Amino acid sequence: MDEKIEQQIETKNLNVTIDNNHILKNINVKIPAKKLTAIIGPSGCGKTTLLKSFNRLLEIRDDVKINGKIIVDNINILSPKLNVPDIRKKMGLLSQKPYPLPMSIYENVAYGLKIHHRISGKKLDETVENCLREAGIWGEVKDRLHDPASKLSVGQQQRLCLARAIAVQPEVLLCDEPTSALDPIAAQQIEKLLDKLKKDFTVVLVTHTLRQAKRLADYVIFLYFGYVIEQGPANQVFDDPKQPETKAYIKGDIS
Amino acid sequence: MEILDKRNFEEKIFKILMIFSLLVVLSSLIIIVGIVLFRGGSSLSLDMITQVSTGELYQSGTGGILNAIIGSLLLALPATGLAYIFGIFIALFLQKDFLHPRISVFIRLSLDILWGIPSIIYGVFCVMIMMFLGFGTSLLAGIIALTFLEIPIITRSIDESIKMVPDGLKESAYSLGSTRFETAVRVVRKQALPGIIAGVLLGLGRGIGDAASILFTAGFTSNIPTSLLDSTSALPTMIYFLYLSPNPLAQQKAYAAAFILLVIVLTISILSRALTKKSTKYVIK
Repeated sequence: MDEKIEQQIETKNLNVTIDNNHILKNINVKIPAKKLTAIIGPSGCGKTTLLKSFNRLLEIRDDVKINGKIIVDNINILSPKLNVPDIRKKMGLLSQKPYPLPMSIYENVAYGLKIHHRISGKKLDETVENCLREAGIWGEVKDRLHDPASKLSVGQQQRLCLARAIAVQPEVLLCDEPTSALDPIAAQQIEKLLDKLKKDFTVVLVTHTLRQAKRLADYVIFLYFGYVIEQGPANQVFDDPKQPETKAYIKGDIS
Repeated sequence: MEILDKRNFEEKIFKILMIFSLLVVLSSLIIIVGIVLFRGGSSLSLDMITQVSTGELYQSGTGGILNAIIGSLLLALPATGLAYIFGIFIALFLQKDFLHPRISVFIRLSLDILWGIPSIIYGVFCVMIMMFLGFGTSLLAGIIALTFLEIPIITRSIDESIKMVPDGLKESAYSLGSTRFETAVRVVRKQALPGIIAGVLLGLGRGIGDAASILFTAGFTSNIPTSLLDSTSALPTMIYFLYLSPNPLAQQKAYAAAFILLVIVLTISILSRALTKKSTKYVIK
């Protein structure tokens, strides 16, 4: 990778074992800041596991063993001394199926602002509005901010989750196949938003649709059975893959 | 062709069994309410709920049971509140976010065993506590006994409903930088609210209807308790003593008291559901 590009996340010999299955093997990746990095690969190859290791979400399970280093802002976030909520605050998550919190639309966005910044009143209203605008959903919800978030369509819920993540002011947006549960139009809206948001955030996108990766990615990491086979700028990986597995995957021989 | 006949036959038998079981349970419910009303209806009067019981009540069946109604509420409501407070904290702690599943399995098992312990054992156990602390039959002792009785019920019900909260929802809360406490109290508790209410009502129903655990602990009296250390009557014990009376009029009062108990449980159940309706509409499906 070009040395001039600022790095957001770097892993060093990352190994993850879940329930005695070795899921990630010696992962060494560099994820550039303020770019969209796509993690591609066949299903079951560890894409989501890698993504969730970045905000230490894997540890919720009790049978997970993690070794190696994940360096964010020159700090190894796997260090046991760190306060885990602070790490997660830096990393917003957009999951496969949107899970709004069991609250109103407004409260979903205000939640993160309340727990981290302790703001309230008019300032809170303004910030909530800005986040909803940023996520391209303000127009649809401005008249029903206090309705339950569960009343929204799945596509709207996903954009609400995006607004909620942005409200915490993370540095990174971790997206775990965020369009796979959505209809084509809703998916397109999310893609457009991600493309826009990568100016302000480092976006890491796990996707199993190669075309989506081609449309959006600046940088690509190709995972195969727990190994990083290839990584590099998107045009390089897609147009001139070096490894036979990458070639086969991009051609569509393996999926 | 033969196989299809057999499968259709199975299907029919299965359906008949389901309908039969439902009818047995439904009709017995109707019969219970019917008998209580039929036997006790004639002695339901304003006196029943405005006057306290006297010796006359058991002899000739005149007078009311106000002291037992108030006693039951004063026993069961605080006990349910206390059991809820203990229950919600234990239930939240039992989740895999806090406790290793290998350990929580054992705690769940012991709670299930506690659930199955006959209530008289809780009563006897509380008598020991009372003797140790040096106070006699009282409202306080009754509340303690009922709290112990209700804790396993409420805890396990809340635990089961919290276990149903999807991992994805918890992950959402965690990725927003929530602590485990914030996730548990602000998100998980809200999502599990309908189950929590059901669990609390289950505990309340058990507590307000139980006679054995308060028989030795709360005592029996004609007075309305004015302090935590006063003895108190309650509806279940009142029903028991009224029914023991040889006078048929007093026995009628036992059915009337049972009807009042049913009405109280039903009212609390409807009220609590109505009061929490506003917050349950946010639950994510």
